[in-house]
Amino acid sequence: MKSVRNLEEVTIRFAGDSGDGMQLTGSQFTSATAVAGNDLSTLPDYPAEIRAPAGTLFGVSGFQIHFGSREINTPGDMCDVLVTMNAAALKVNLRNLREGGIIIANTDGFNDKNLRLSGYDSNPLEGGSLSKYQVFAFDISALTRRSLEDMNLSPKVVDRSKNFFALGLTYWIFSRPPKPTLQWIKDKFKNDETLQEVNMRVLKAGYNFGETTEVFAVQYEVGPAKLKPGTYRSLTGNEAAAWGFISASVKSGLELFLGSYPITPASEILHELSKHKSFHVKTFQAEDEIAGICSAIGAAYGGALAITSTSGPGLALKSEAIGLAVITELPIVIIDVQRGGPSTGLPTKTEQADLLQAMYGRNGESPVVVLAATSPSDCFWTAYEASRIAVKYMIPVVMMSEGFIGQGSDPWLIPDIDSLPEIKPSFRTDPQGFYPYLRDEKTLARPWAIPGTPGLEHRIGGLEKANIYGNVSHDPENHELMVKLRQEKVDRIADGIPLAEVDGDPEGDLLVVGWGGTYGAIRTAVERQRNEGRSVSHLHLRYINPLQKNVGEILYRFKRILVPEGNLGQLCKILRARFLVPTMTLSKVQGGPFRSIEIVEEIDKLFKA
Amino acid sequence: MNLVKQTLKDAPTAEEKKYTAKDFQSDQDVRWCPGCGDYAVLAMVQRTLPEIGIPHERIVFVSGIGCSSRFPYYMSTYGFHGIHGRAAAIASGLRISRPDLSVWVATGDGDGMSIGGNHFIHTLRRNMDIKILLFNNQIYGLTKGQYSPTSVVGQVTKSTPYGAIDRPFNPLLLALGAEGTFVARTLDRDPKHMQGVLRRTAEHKGTAFVEIYQNCVVFNDGAFFQFTEKETKDDNVVVLEHDKPLVFGKEKEKGVILDGRTPKVVSLKDGKYSIDDLLVHDEKDTVLSFILARMSNLPGLPTPIGVVYATARPVYELEIERQIDTVVKKAGEGELAKLFMHGETWTIS
Repeated sequence: MKSVRNLEEVTIRFAGDSGDGMQLTGSQFTSATAVAGNDLSTLPDYPAEIRAPAGTLFGVSGFQIHFGSREINTPGDMCDVLVTMNAAALKVNLRNLREGGIIIANTDGFNDKNLRLSGYDSNPLEGGSLSKYQVFAFDISALTRRSLEDMNLSPKVVDRSKNFFALGLTYWIFSRPPKPTLQWIKDKFKNDETLQEVNMRVLKAGYNFGETTEVFAVQYEVGPAKLKPGTYRSLTGNEAAAWGFISASVKSGLELFLGSYPITPASEILHELSKHKSFHVKTFQAEDEIAGICSAIGAAYGGALAITSTSGPGLALKSEAIGLAVITELPIVIIDVQRGGPSTGLPTKTEQADLLQAMYGRNGESPVVVLAATSPSDCFWTAYEASRIAVKYMIPVVMMSEGFIGQGSDPWLIPDIDSLPEIKPSFRTDPQGFYPYLRDEKTLARPWAIPGTPGLEHRIGGLEKANIYGNVSHDPENHELMVKLRQEKVDRIADGIPLAEVDGDPEGDLLVVGWGGTYGAIRTAVERQRNEGRSVSHLHLRYINPLQKNVGEILYRFKRILVPEGNLGQLCKILRARFLVPTMTLSKVQGGPFRSIEIVEEIDKLFKA
Repeated sequence: MNLVKQTLKDAPTAEEKKYTAKDFQSDQDVRWCPGCGDYAVLAMVQRTLPEIGIPHERIVFVSGIGCSSRFPYYMSTYGFHGIHGRAAAIASGLRISRPDLSVWVATGDGDGMSIGGNHFIHTLRRNMDIKILLFNNQIYGLTKGQYSPTSVVGQVTKSTPYGAIDRPFNPLLLALGAEGTFVARTLDRDPKHMQGVLRRTAEHKGTAFVEIYQNCVVFNDGAFFQFTEKETKDDNVVVLEHDKPLVFGKEKEKGVILDGRTPKVVSLKDGKYSIDDLLVHDEKDTVLSFILARMSNLPGLPTPIGVVYATARPVYELEIERQIDTVVKKAGEGELAKLFMHGETWTIS
């Protein structure tokens, strides 16, 4: 009889060669965990190479999941369990494993060649170097082979299914239901009965191995989380963004258009939207980033809800065209799923260093709206809000996402469709008194007059336009007026968005201000500090341009302000310039998200100083 | 029905009328240099559009940057003056979202062949229904006289004081190589010919590309005079007509034959060749189109004008609509509730 132990939260990292299927393993574990009712957060961490040479350190691909019966805000600081398919994966990931943590290792991945490639002098599974951890080492490759012995399969097919043995085993250890994965296998291989059989068998073999072998004395249970009542599903940030745009399209009656060029880590938005033709979504894989946004501008001119998706290098290429959308005052949404930069930088690693590019990276005075998503599921809401603002104010909106939230996932509370905010565009049809730049008095939006409407024929473009009439104008006073009007239009959006809310006391010793994907780490860190009795509060900015109207007021109420950012202090600069407050930066640019402990320690330092 | 369709259905309809060229003139002063070839193109487009039977409000002119890209401001249709090189990309998005519109691009040799070269070739291979008018004057005019990707080798300009050393593009060959389905050439100083080509352009289903030899009076005056002026034109230009032999010369006394794969000029007067021996133009012949396009501006051979190539191929944006229709027919109209709830979900009470 094995004992069952209850845990409040667990962090597992699956790691192996980039060809070992670790991302798939991780996403399957995520589905099973979601179905088990836990709160969760994931972090895919994979190399830029599709199939890096086997066994090398730089070819290691990982997937981390943090799940629990309590609120989970981050993918986890340190792992409790490391599933490692070879020596290189152990070498790269051991520093992420807490002392006393569990290592599940495939001994087949620790042969002489593996050890040499990963720089081990001797096999770490033997000898005492891992004595601080609980090591469970088996030849998973051989166990997989044995479970398929009678099927006469090529060694390649057998070898490729070994990740499902590891998956099955972890399902048993953490009492996950294998059903969602079995169903997934059925659907995935519906045209190949052999592969169906192979994967199901191996998954079950791994599960049964946990149950029957004497090695594991303990099985763990992580009960369902007390999340807000409702129906949930697990979504990655990129999927959530795509669904946010689809929802905005349905709600507004505007056809959805995406002009996009493939780029890591944003391509999944293009993939996801390409699937949804039943929503009349039109996706256009353009010849380059510039055509991606220019086609979106053309589609917006024609009356579509127009989106372009990209990452930092693509945003740089799009900058001239964003300026065109600014001066023609057309509604488009540019979503930037940030990665490490500059240049090609770290394509598969996360960063927050495009904020100033989004704010200012264009010629001339060229203000745009900038919003930032805080988590994978928040990508839905931010995409929806970006669409609403673009259409209501006839303005380009940049939505900031990040690699680790775009590709990470968490539970999404499925919203009641009727409760989605209203998006009510209207196209001008009355020729009486029509001028292309005659603005709405309140929002300053110009009329959306689409080709095909009789009597509204007009010309727009990138040359400066005369106020109201919209003809080309080189008049100096007119130019200054238009520059100011375009800025004022952005500023006035602050009238139509909710005020910022502080998490914690409204005033005190320290305010931690964040934006985007640092949300979970800051929230966890601040909570911990508050529990220790410190006066620390949290302000997270979803609207960066314009800032919510009360942001300044909030900042002035705290003695000190700390801004953790995945860059060298970009939001910090914006806040200082705007409010003349002595904000402090906590920066991290290591290609990964903040750990909450890093923020906790920084706050400790501040209070001790 | 989406909001665009609903709005246009409910919009007050325009009075039905017979358009004239004047109906296509905007209220803006035309600001090209006096004597610029662009005037002739503008006049001819304004004269041809009333004939094609598309309502005024459904026509859109999109352009990039350059002298020719001012074109939309002078048309009273819808117009979009874009950024340098990007007209075809803007037009692509517009046409995909609105296949009910007639979309035209006005571009130049710098805008279309250099900074916008990528969009140009990809638009052609996709066969979007966009009419591309390329005003080729072999020079950068608006930036005041640098050589362009169609300038000839040796051309002296502000940026090539010792002569241009790079080989120019032949726009027809580029368009054919990019799998264009309609490739034609005409001359700014031959209004009648231009009108015929523009009519064909308007009728084509798919990307229709027209190169217009256009004189820049200020920076490259006379670049095409051998093809456009009375004294030299007949001997240097052969007018292509489908199913007709390639005859040219002041008295129609010369023709083009194919010697193997090589075009050669022969005399129809010396008794050796008759009109029956000549190469007969076939717009649908892919191989021939390359041979004819290659003849441009070569010593000893006449330069072809007219429709070099025209063929039918599925139109990109209509294929998108077809895929959508197929999916909707099979799976029904999309519903958010279904999308949100499909696959694995769990409920917390």
